[in-house]
Amino acid sequence: MNYRAIRAIYLFEMARTWRTLLQSIVSPVVSTSLYFVVFGAAIGSRITEVEGVSYGTFIVPGLVMLSVLTQSIANASFGIYFPKFVGTIYEILSAPVSYIEIVIGYVGAAATKSIILGLIIMATAALFVPLHIQHPLWMLAFLVLTAVTFSLFGFIIGIWADGFEKLQMIPMLIVTPLTFLGGSFYSVNMLPSGWRTITLLNPVVYLISGFRWSFYEIADVSVALSLGMTLGFLAICMVLVWWIFRTGYRLKN
Amino acid sequence: MVHSYLPVPPSCVDPRLKCRCAVRHTSFQNAMLAPPPIISVSNLSKTYGSGFKALKGINLDIKRGEIFALLGPNGAGKTTLISIICGIANLSEGRVTVGGHDINSDYRAARSLIGLVPQELHTDSFETVWATVSFSRGLFGKPKNPAHIEKVLKDLSLWDKKDSKIITLSGGMKRRVMIAKALSHEPQILFLDEPTAGVDVELRKGMWDVVRGLQASGVTIILTTHYIQEAEEMADRIGVINKGEIILVEDKAGLMQKLGKKHLKLYLQGKVDALPASLAAYNLELSDDGRAIIYDYDTKGERTGITSLLGDLRNAGIHISDLDTTQSSLEDIFVSLVRAP
Repeated sequence: MNYRAIRAIYLFEMARTWRTLLQSIVSPVVSTSLYFVVFGAAIGSRITEVEGVSYGTFIVPGLVMLSVLTQSIANASFGIYFPKFVGTIYEILSAPVSYIEIVIGYVGAAATKSIILGLIIMATAALFVPLHIQHPLWMLAFLVLTAVTFSLFGFIIGIWADGFEKLQMIPMLIVTPLTFLGGSFYSVNMLPSGWRTITLLNPVVYLISGFRWSFYEIADVSVALSLGMTLGFLAICMVLVWWIFRTGYRLKN
Repeated sequence: MVHSYLPVPPSCVDPRLKCRCAVRHTSFQNAMLAPPPIISVSNLSKTYGSGFKALKGINLDIKRGEIFALLGPNGAGKTTLISIICGIANLSEGRVTVGGHDINSDYRAARSLIGLVPQELHTDSFETVWATVSFSRGLFGKPKNPAHIEKVLKDLSLWDKKDSKIITLSGGMKRRVMIAKALSHEPQILFLDEPTAGVDVELRKGMWDVVRGLQASGVTIILTTHYIQEAEEMADRIGVINKGEIILVEDKAGLMQKLGKKHLKLYLQGKVDALPASLAAYNLELSDDGRAIIYDYDTKGERTGITSLLGDLRNAGIHISDLDTTQSSLEDIFVSLVRAP
């Protein structure tokens, strides 16, 4: 294992995060605060409790997941797409590093950034609503697992994309709608039964449900199923990355 | 192509049999005396997805410590060849070893010997020079060594720019940053793909000094260039690649001698309007002002024809005031090679 290379890539990516601190951290925090104002305070004041917790409190795990998902994908896809775009990828490809080391470096940095962001959003949320976490370790486990899985997914998008439009396309057209429809702002149980069945095809439902369970012990689906679905998605992403490096897809001619 | 990687006969390991070995295996010993090539390319072919054959059965050995210049017109396959050796492109057929390590099965050992300076200026924009060069060293698995980075930056006249962001540097400086990155991990082999493209004359000379210094420290250098002058001045050996095939590999001096033509320019005492018919066999050329005659001859030939030309000129009543001869340049040789059918 070329640990020095992993460290070099990881620190290089983290340096980019610190350089772009305003976009990286501040803007998601500001937008999350706006969600709290709009959904929690303005609309939430008209909604009674959801499954025993106030509406403002109920949406916290969903909001954190919304940011973690979108930021993981954005960080990781940009992290690998940019060297491809400017050509500096030549150095990574010609270095004595294995693809596992490249993935650990890039995905590790993207996931780290999203986890930090998730924690900051939780701290911000605590300023607006009383926050209590029933299972802190499970909460961290879901947070880390989701950040890593979606960073890996972002990494795949970054390699697949051959233009900035494509880089934006999957997050905009698929991930954001799935997150909004995945129970960020409501309980799946609030839906009519037909819609509920359709919603259960949305993988994001399982992520948010498991994460919310670690906070309030409220879940739309069983925790084991949530964990299983997340691990399953992680496995699919890992197989795709393995295939990309084995074939050199969009990396090597 | 015959490689120098010959197995040591088992009996040679036994000191008691040393004398017998010396007699029996003289040819082995001779083979062992020749150092193995640092890069060995055998039957290398590259076909792109579109069906375009960029390289066709390339065989090439690079000797340890030499400066090898790879010449060829645009699209000849120079960059493809370098990309495959360095791990940026996959090969379709054949085998490449670097320092005896296969570039696919033993890529870590092979790549750690190589520093690559690609043709295009691919640099990060917002990193500092120091950070980007240090990053390269880490990427190649080497422990931190600020003294080495400092030396590389000083050798390339980049020391006073070490804290500058790359985006603020000129094109020539960016090129040197890329060389610094390639040298950051102390490679044994340096690939320079068009190293002085877009670099002014003074800087180019400075870069040549750096390359010569590297060679003196034992680094093998492979460069591709469009500037024939660069190859002529720098290289020990020259390979010419055209349409995906190596058409020639030769010592520079040998190449110049083997293929070199000489021009003899005879300055006349008076002006001549036309050359007499008696001299038609020499394919002479009369200068525009009618005061000089140019004669091309082949140094390889048994007879240069100079003696008889001078005799025939005298017989034709043409008198000579001065003469000079010039050797054809590598550029002339190169052009004649790639134009050959």
